[in-house]
Amino acid sequence: MKRCDLLVDLGRRRFLSGAGVAAAGVAASAVLPANETKAAVPTARVTYPSTRLGNVNELKLNEPLDVAYPDDDASGVLIKLGKRVEGGAGPEGDIVGFTTICPHKGYPLHYNSERRTLNCSGHYSVFDCEAGGQETWGHATQNLPQYSLRVDEKGDIYAEGVDELIYGRLSNVL
Amino acid sequence: MAYKRQIDRLPIIPADAKEHNVVCHYCIVGCGYKAYTWDIDKQGTTDPAGNKFNVDLSQQQGADTEAWYAPAMYNIVKQDGKDVHIVIKPDVKCVVNSGLGSIRGARMAEMSYSAVRNTEQQRLTDPMVWRYGQMQPTSWDDALDLVARVTAAVIADQGEDALFVSAYDHGGAGGGYENTWGTGKLYFGSMKIKNIRIHNRPAYNSEVHATRDMGVGELNNCYEDAELADTIVVVGANSLETQTNYFLNHWIPNLRGISQDKKQQLLPNEPHEPARVIIVDPRRTVTINACEIEAGKDRVMHLAINSGTDLALFNAWLTYIADKGWVDKAFIDASTKDFDKAIAGNKTSLEEAARITGLTVDQIRQSAEWMAQPKEGGARRRSMFAYEKGLIWGNDNYRTNGALVNVALATGNIGRPGGGCVRLGGHQEGYARPSDAHVGRPAAYVDQLLISGQGGVHHIWGCDHYKTTLNALQFKQAYKRRTDLVKDAMSAVPWGDRPAMVAAITDAIKKGGLFSVDVDIIPTQIGQAAHVWLPAATSGEMNLTSMNGERRMRLTERYMDPPGSAMPDCLIAARLANNLERVFREMGKTEIADRFKGFDWKTEEDAFMDGYHQHEKGGQFVTYARLRAMGTNGFQEPAVGIEGQGATAQGTTTGQTPGMVVQGPAIEGARGKEPVQQATPTTATPPPAPPAGSEPIIGTQRLYADGKFNTKDGKAIFMETKWRGFEASGKEEESKKFAFLINNGRANHIWQSAYLDQENDFVMDRFPFPFIEMNPQDMAALNLKSGDLVEVYNDNGSTQAMAYPTDRAKPKQTFMLFGYPTGVQGNVVSAGVNEFIIPNYKQTWGNIRKLADAPEVVKGLSFKEKEYAPPV
Repeated sequence: MKRCDLLVDLGRRRFLSGAGVAAAGVAASAVLPANETKAAVPTARVTYPSTRLGNVNELKLNEPLDVAYPDDDASGVLIKLGKRVEGGAGPEGDIVGFTTICPHKGYPLHYNSERRTLNCSGHYSVFDCEAGGQETWGHATQNLPQYSLRVDEKGDIYAEGVDELIYGRLSNVL
Repeated sequence: MAYKRQIDRLPIIPADAKEHNVVCHYCIVGCGYKAYTWDIDKQGTTDPAGNKFNVDLSQQQGADTEAWYAPAMYNIVKQDGKDVHIVIKPDVKCVVNSGLGSIRGARMAEMSYSAVRNTEQQRLTDPMVWRYGQMQPTSWDDALDLVARVTAAVIADQGEDALFVSAYDHGGAGGGYENTWGTGKLYFGSMKIKNIRIHNRPAYNSEVHATRDMGVGELNNCYEDAELADTIVVVGANSLETQTNYFLNHWIPNLRGISQDKKQQLLPNEPHEPARVIIVDPRRTVTINACEIEAGKDRVMHLAINSGTDLALFNAWLTYIADKGWVDKAFIDASTKDFDKAIAGNKTSLEEAARITGLTVDQIRQSAEWMAQPKEGGARRRSMFAYEKGLIWGNDNYRTNGALVNVALATGNIGRPGGGCVRLGGHQEGYARPSDAHVGRPAAYVDQLLISGQGGVHHIWGCDHYKTTLNALQFKQAYKRRTDLVKDAMSAVPWGDRPAMVAAITDAIKKGGLFSVDVDIIPTQIGQAAHVWLPAATSGEMNLTSMNGERRMRLTERYMDPPGSAMPDCLIAARLANNLERVFREMGKTEIADRFKGFDWKTEEDAFMDGYHQHEKGGQFVTYARLRAMGTNGFQEPAVGIEGQGATAQGTTTGQTPGMVVQGPAIEGARGKEPVQQATPTTATPPPAPPAGSEPIIGTQRLYADGKFNTKDGKAIFMETKWRGFEASGKEEESKKFAFLINNGRANHIWQSAYLDQENDFVMDRFPFPFIEMNPQDMAALNLKSGDLVEVYNDNGSTQAMAYPTDRAKPKQTFMLFGYPTGVQGNVVSAGVNEFIIPNYKQTWGNIRKLADAPEVVKGLSFKEKEYAPPV
């Protein structure tokens, strides 16, 4: 799994290059066949994998844990906020997960633990992790895609869905 | 909980999708977009051959990819009567935005009318009339007949001055060359309407009279100048939020130092560094934060002046720069006059300015050094001066505007690379109208006349005074009272009895009533008072031309059908003219009827060819075919020729004789006309412009590059601009009487008065009420929590907002979102204006008290700091 902090520099370099269309710098995963099964009734939404992203024991208060979901090319974070929030999972309802690819132009977001916001070094957008990823300020035309999380009895944290389209893909599950 | 669309995949644009040129119809930057449409039953595939991008879409795409679009960029609309998929996404090949999309423009698709996806269902689909006590649909013929009969009756009885008009003067949505010409030809050609006002101000006047009077059109540079400047001087503007992609795509590269190569290449004989930036604004903005991040705090100077004291600062700059000998003497001698007069008349010491502005002497001195001290080796420092509503809607508009242009002229910064003294702009521009000289100057204060009971008929084109005027509460009260008189009269007569209906209406008008006709795309707030609504088409539902803040003219191609029977404004104006002609003829007033000839347009292109093509400077070179071929980059006005045929020296005309340029204060300056110059008539005719031709048009990158300005002798005129305190009547007293400065302006999420955004879940979820940014100490003192509803009140009226804490707000200095439907800031703005009837929205003071705890829709919203913060 990629460190999102390293991607801050990557984003900066892309912007600095002034290139209009930077090639994808993200490593390609195995190519999945397109869901073209004949005669199958397509579901209204894509079918998400249930993916274990970590365990509650791995989470430290207000420190982002880098994850990826629904696949390795879609970086994200889990954060334990220490207070119950809407969309929060776990016994305290305080665990949230978000994509860290900015839905504006695909630059990597980084976490600011003082404000508890995810911030984009590319064009200064700010998303509030305590308000469902609401774009406090910024350029994206959507709030930050958030994971549907489930925590089982062992404390394992599973992501099972995403509530907005992830940047760089026209289907959340490729 | 933050609004989420729960959309996790989108239809893929097939390789053979239709492609249309689009320019964002919101702000003046005019970002290039492409609209892709394709059959509802088709879709592209992920394999490269199966999609428009020729890219493997089964892979994650990287940052800045062209091969992605957000749900807000997608919709299903009607095209030629059939449902089609549409994607409207930023165009990477447009030099303005290079593929960047703002939070406003990148929602154009979602903000389109879609019966299938229930977006913008507020759009008007039929003419509506006041019938049986409510607004009811009717036919165009029926609605236009009533409007024409009442309008003609009132004109016949009281003269044209009894017809009041409110009409946009800009480009983009609710404007553009076609539509300003259509309305202009009707009201300034067929009639000579004097009681007319513009969408955002209560009179028909320029927001920037001073710079035009000095001979300097206000859009005189190009966006590349922001990449070339040594110093960018910004006054009363928050460009990251309000000219977003101009800032991101052209200022940031200079602040980061990545336009260095371009500087060396274009300006080789002088040293270059990354830009410095000076921002004059009473409050700290996200723009300042972004500048500090990119340029470093040591290259960003925020001059947080006392509100409304800009003029004293500019005079001090001029005085200090002249004393130091940092002026461009050669330029002043060759291209200007009255320099000495201005120096003598505007003399202001650093100490005096410091006392007035609240800045320190060092801040003023250092900022003057940043903008004018010669560079190493003695090269002239290139400074770009940019201003917008903080100055335009600020204290003593005329002189303050002049004082800033003085500094730009003195330092030789107009007409040269890396320079310019420009307004940053709101909407795009798109003004083509017959002369407005009969309006006079100062123009009539239309809102006050309406309040005082004058006028019998009011035609409104794309304006909503209820949200966007000053003294709004008083205006609304008077307007409702007067239009209610007519409504009650109408309700008493059967609709089918037209003579009785017209008689009832005109009788009510004689008793102080007002008949109100509202042409718009949605039912506006002022529309609540209107008797007739006429449904208009907007950009993309019609072909529409406009120019952006660097005079870049493009054609937005029609990519979808207008809702129902909605029509382009230019054609509504034409049909209204046809009906007025008919009615006047029936009345036996043949001479008046004849004035309404010349409106036989069938399409918006007819209006364009009749208007811009024939009447605007360089218009003879401009056709739809050529603009279409030039895509989203277009050309920069004025056009001077056709590629392959070279620039033509031929003087262009907007008058009746060749070479004559019609005078008029409205917009000439912006486009670089010579309003008081008579070009020498030449016998040489310009090359004919075949409508079918698609040769590129040659434009003009910068105005005044030859040092010749828009005055009789071609010399720019320095202006005497003495400081005279708060100039608008009553402002000084208001500032002493009330506790809080109610500064006001725009926010990133919202376009204009939210006329489309008010139906957008994403926006209304973020701001169900207008925010008022307050210092946390002030909030504590008033016992306010984040999101609490507060009342803002003073002697002008009252309004509401939700409290938003921020350290960026100085104690006792608030900032309220302007023009919002759920809390109109204009309610508390006084009627005070400058000598040319320019409103003074910014200098408003009021008290604040709590109304209620945060309502349900406000709970869970983010009230965090809007500034980007680096990792911690």
